[in-house]
Amino acid sequence: MGTRRYVAGKLAQALLTLAFVLLFNFILFRVMPGDPIALLLRGSGAIRPDVIAELERDFGLDQPLPEQFVTYAEDTLTGNFGVSLANGEPVTQRIGDRIWPTILLVGTSTIASAVIGLVIGIYGGWRRGSAFDLGSLGFTLVAYSMPEFWFGILILMAFAGGVGFFPSIFPTGGYQTAGADLSGFGHVIDVLNHLFLPWLTLTIAYLGEYALIMRSSILDVMGEDFVTTARAKGLRDKQVLWRHTVPNALLPTMTLTFLSLGFVFAGAITIEYIFSWPGLGLLTVEAIDDKDFPMLQALFLLFSAAVIVANLIADLLYAYLDPRVRAS
Amino acid sequence: MARPPIERSPVTTEAPEAPLTTGPPPEPPKNPRAIAWARRRRSFGRVVRIYRRNGMGMTGLSILMFFLAVAVFAPLIAPREGLDPTCTCTGPPFQAPSLSFPFGTDDLGRSVFTLTVWGSRISLMVGFFATLISILIGSLIGIVAGYFGGWTENVLMRFTDWGLVIPFLPLAIVLASIIGPSLGVIILVIGATSWPSTSRLVRAQVLSVKSRPYVERARALGAGHWHMTTRHILPNVGPIIFANTVLLVAIAILSETTLSFLGLGDPLSISWGTILEAAFAAGASTAGNWWWLVPPGLAIVLVVLAFTMCGYALDEILNPRLRRR
Repeated sequence: MGTRRYVAGKLAQALLTLAFVLLFNFILFRVMPGDPIALLLRGSGAIRPDVIAELERDFGLDQPLPEQFVTYAEDTLTGNFGVSLANGEPVTQRIGDRIWPTILLVGTSTIASAVIGLVIGIYGGWRRGSAFDLGSLGFTLVAYSMPEFWFGILILMAFAGGVGFFPSIFPTGGYQTAGADLSGFGHVIDVLNHLFLPWLTLTIAYLGEYALIMRSSILDVMGEDFVTTARAKGLRDKQVLWRHTVPNALLPTMTLTFLSLGFVFAGAITIEYIFSWPGLGLLTVEAIDDKDFPMLQALFLLFSAAVIVANLIADLLYAYLDPRVRAS
Repeated sequence: MARPPIERSPVTTEAPEAPLTTGPPPEPPKNPRAIAWARRRRSFGRVVRIYRRNGMGMTGLSILMFFLAVAVFAPLIAPREGLDPTCTCTGPPFQAPSLSFPFGTDDLGRSVFTLTVWGSRISLMVGFFATLISILIGSLIGIVAGYFGGWTENVLMRFTDWGLVIPFLPLAIVLASIIGPSLGVIILVIGATSWPSTSRLVRAQVLSVKSRPYVERARALGAGHWHMTTRHILPNVGPIIFANTVLLVAIAILSETTLSFLGLGDPLSISWGTILEAAFAAGASTAGNWWWLVPPGLAIVLVVLAFTMCGYALDEILNPRLRRR
């Protein structure tokens, strides 16, 4: 009973937010300063008025705003995002081409940084104040303060450019070796070779966040009565940590992991740009350069929707794992 | 493993009774406002004393002071002409660090040292102003939502939730590319996209302050909304807002760097982000011109780290939720 209401409430909330984003996305590109035609033609000098009128008809801009919104919402819900201004291809097709490299890069690095970060956080929190804890805290703080693209550039310079005694052992960017007609196993190795540096950058850049959350979560749980009980029963340190403390401390961290999964889509923008990794991030940068507004609009919607969906999953998962949430 | 004894910090936001001061008792003040001010002064003094004992906070503060001095005295440290590519003071392009160019030179032969020194001005300025905007919006929404409650709170908090899920960087990119690259736009965009966390925090604190007896007493005495919010709510929420501000500056500076790096900053003003953009665009990473990339990046790391350390230290002292640790 309570569960069904909880799920329905969360679903309604997500849908409402999504509708909000849709409306905002519409306003952003139509009502903001000037009109879309002016944005489209920015920098192209004087344009004949009849050309402008034709463009307005093409984009449906001669209709009243509410009607435009209905058209826009219908188009969006049926997956029609228009054509890219850069090369005339449908926006959905270009996004479809670019989404897999991003999922590959961001997916693997998120898993890696979450696992490594959690382990660091667990040991740091468990041995609070130890050399390991202080060292990892310092590292976490520095990693947090670093613009991830700067770190990426340094890694690129060291291991692809080859400065000083650093060996230039990795390709400087891209998804695969251009012109090399590899198939099967050779192709996989080639892609992995290109994947490694951006993957390393993202993993190290996001690891600290997980470590920090896990550490404070462990510290919270360590103060609970059941941990004291577990100790009083005479359990070994290892058992207290892995059987009693960690499972309970994992709960809040799960939420964070899913939340950041939503954000990583957008988070890799600068990294993909630096390593010319042909994913959604690089597509965003290209769309900025080309002033490709239909593309930017679709990407923004996609990035926001990813966060909303990830949020919803986190909420539902949290309720599933922790009955107290459902009850309240 | 022994648990550490529970530390009780001597500071509470509204503890007029903590008898920490020594020496002769102060003159009995004449009116209630003077009492309030004397109490606030004492409280401020206590915070300063505790802060001084916080190693992390003091380290952060010294780094900040250093960069503030660099920004303020930039004309004395490195003459402004050094930014002009046509200046006779420029050297050969892409030169490695030497005695006359301590951080080497860029593609136009300008000293990277001069660029980095002057970049501190724009980076810090954007950080401060963007944070100011974000704090103003965030506090206003948080206080109004928490204080009035009910329907107002519901609408405002829904709005905040929505602001929280909008991915920051894409929104900033979209806004900046629609309006066009300029310094003011960068400040506005960062300010307008980073307030939701503040308004959540402020609202939570307002809710806890609102239920305290003295607020109820003030209402019973017939205080209006304006008096209540400015005299009773704001002074008690202020410290948390301040700690949050310091943390937000760090995020704002990082955001400025990222946006500038993507070419959305003002192309004419030099910030650490635009230096990195120029360096990357000129192929400094593949050519191995490390001296062009390392100084501005290191400056960013140090300043952001310093703000974060100060923010954590202040948070530990001022945030009642963390005080028990």
